[in-house]
Amino acid sequence: MSLLKDKKLIIIGDRDGIPAPAIEECLKDIDAQVVFSSTECFV
Amino acid sequence: MNSVLAATSYVLVHVPDMVLHNGSTQTTERTVNPGSAYLEALPKHIRSYEQALSYAPNQTYIGGLTPQQLSQREQPWYPQPVEGADRFARYGEIMPQDEFLLLLQICDVFDLVFLSRDFVTHTRAALAQHPLMNQDILARLKEGVDDEQITNFVNNEHAEGLYHKGQLVGYIKRAHDVDVNLTAHVVHENLVSKASSVLSLLHLIHNSGLNPEEIDYVIDCSEEACGDMNQRGGGNFAKAAAEIAGLKNATGSDMRAFCAAPAHALVTAASLVKAGTFKKVVVTSGGSTAKLGMNGKDHVKKDMPVLEDVLGGFAALICENDGVNPEIDLNLIGRHMVGTGSSPQAVITSLVLSPLEKAGMKIVDIDKFAAEMQNPDVTKPAGAGDVPQANFKMIAALAVKSGEIERGELNDFIQRHGMPGWAPTQGHIPSGAPYLGFARQDILDGTINNAMIIGKGSLFLGRMTNLFDGISFVMRANRGQDKREQGISRHEVRGLIAEALRSFAGSLGDQAGGSHA
Amino acid sequence: MDLENQKRVKELAEKYGPENIVVILGAAEGEAAGLAAETVTAGDPTFAGPLTGVQLGLSVYHVCEEAIKSEIPEDVYDEQISMMEMVLDVDDIVNEMTAIRDEHSKY
Repeated sequence: MSLLKDKKLIIIGDRDGIPAPAIEECLKDIDAQVVFSSTECFV
Repeated sequence: MNSVLAATSYVLVHVPDMVLHNGSTQTTERTVNPGSAYLEALPKHIRSYEQALSYAPNQTYIGGLTPQQLSQREQPWYPQPVEGADRFARYGEIMPQDEFLLLLQICDVFDLVFLSRDFVTHTRAALAQHPLMNQDILARLKEGVDDEQITNFVNNEHAEGLYHKGQLVGYIKRAHDVDVNLTAHVVHENLVSKASSVLSLLHLIHNSGLNPEEIDYVIDCSEEACGDMNQRGGGNFAKAAAEIAGLKNATGSDMRAFCAAPAHALVTAASLVKAGTFKKVVVTSGGSTAKLGMNGKDHVKKDMPVLEDVLGGFAALICENDGVNPEIDLNLIGRHMVGTGSSPQAVITSLVLSPLEKAGMKIVDIDKFAAEMQNPDVTKPAGAGDVPQANFKMIAALAVKSGEIERGELNDFIQRHGMPGWAPTQGHIPSGAPYLGFARQDILDGTINNAMIIGKGSLFLGRMTNLFDGISFVMRANRGQDKREQGISRHEVRGLIAEALRSFAGSLGDQAGGSHA
Repeated sequence: MDLENQKRVKELAEKYGPENIVVILGAAEGEAAGLAAETVTAGDPTFAGPLTGVQLGLSVYHVCEEAIKSEIPEDVYDEQISMMEMVLDVDDIVNEMTAIRDEHSKY
């Protein structure tokens, strides 16, 4: 069973890891809705 | 002809009291959680000036150690002080807080900075002995005021306190009663940026041996914004700092691009000089108070000293090609475009591989890469990893992917083409810029032929876009005058012939029609 | 975690119901991933943000974990993320995430 199906997704990306827009791009075709997406920066 | 990097300067200012009072992590904590255990523990983790001075990454920043010497030292670096560390080194200095507070007052032209009478009396002699503080600068220093006035302004007039060794020694008053862009907090942040930029400029003038009046244009690439309520980011830090540093014949402007701004500014400066618009352009930047102690919570939690206790500044001089200094090759510019995307591999491809491919070069043709030079002592305990190493790994992975090196050579590539990070986490300061001075020297010495400087910036923090940003350029050994540019092109020959024919025809006409003059 | 991001997570959990939310992280290190995961499950461990003392117990994963990776088309993952797997310590991230989920995740 899909873990993400019909879920509301919150993406917290990291500037020095995986930025949020890259994660968003991965989840574009999944049957789930991205409700918030933001990238954090520690430097 | 390409322009050249003729000189650089690097300064740090140790400001332990500003960590406590002005760093945004601390000011936020004081707002949301005033009695927190962190705020209580923090003062015990603050370093002395001597500790900051003998800290290996700081010495590397001002040129007291080379990147090679730093990489030979065991990490983390903070437990092992550098023996015999000096305040002044090849590229600049590490200024103590008390002298900097005087410089802050010197940089104030609107009667906003007031220091205690005792403090000015006790510190003036030290600043007067500074080899670069000339009479024009020292003459700007004002007398101190009564302690009573200081307490009154801090307690009742929304002034920002200035502290030294835990004592209130002065204040910055707000520049307007209502304007949120001229609060004491904003003026403090901006004056600190300006004063540390001035210090960078003074060292640059010294290092270059130039008459300051020869400089035509200054670009400030810090991350602050100055203006009033009608133009929040009006500017102009560049000209304001140039005024104090005595660059009488310069004008300037500010360039903003988060942490990528130094690279944008250097490409712009190199272009202005190559185009012949100006002969000598300086890129300068002061430091950021907001970022002091940014990762302090993690440092305190891990029982380490709070390492983000210095302001950083740097300046670079771009001149017309002198046949000696390293060139900034404007044919090798990498840029993160609007359509590039945010995936780390797309970012690094656009900045590193794309410009090289266009020029028919390979990744391994670049001797040294300087990406984000954040000090890992600071970032690793905070969960951000070793930022420069992550960049070099990405570049190496790209070289593997494009078949230039084998997977097994990855670490060897990083060793040869990378370097440790030594820059304080002052936002724009780490972005490639800290290597400029060493790169220039290494190229002049023939140790390396070229280096790629990479600036990267987190534009999304401004909430105007979700985009990332970056720009890169290559410095390389001076090739003397380019033959193609030295000779006359076919196009130019045609132009000269046409001009000769026109004047010949004109003279015929004159003879035929006589003189109309 | 950034205070504004905490605020948004809290609001969205209230709006959609915590059982309907999945948080996906892109943190650079195991420890940072663990802290963010802890924030959206057991509350802000730094006691600074709106999630201090708020035990949302949300479902939370790092994008490099198999559970998420397996739902992403291979070519897209390859284009967006695969190279970062060479840079990140994925095992460390997976261990931290698993530990936090086992202890605090309710969904």
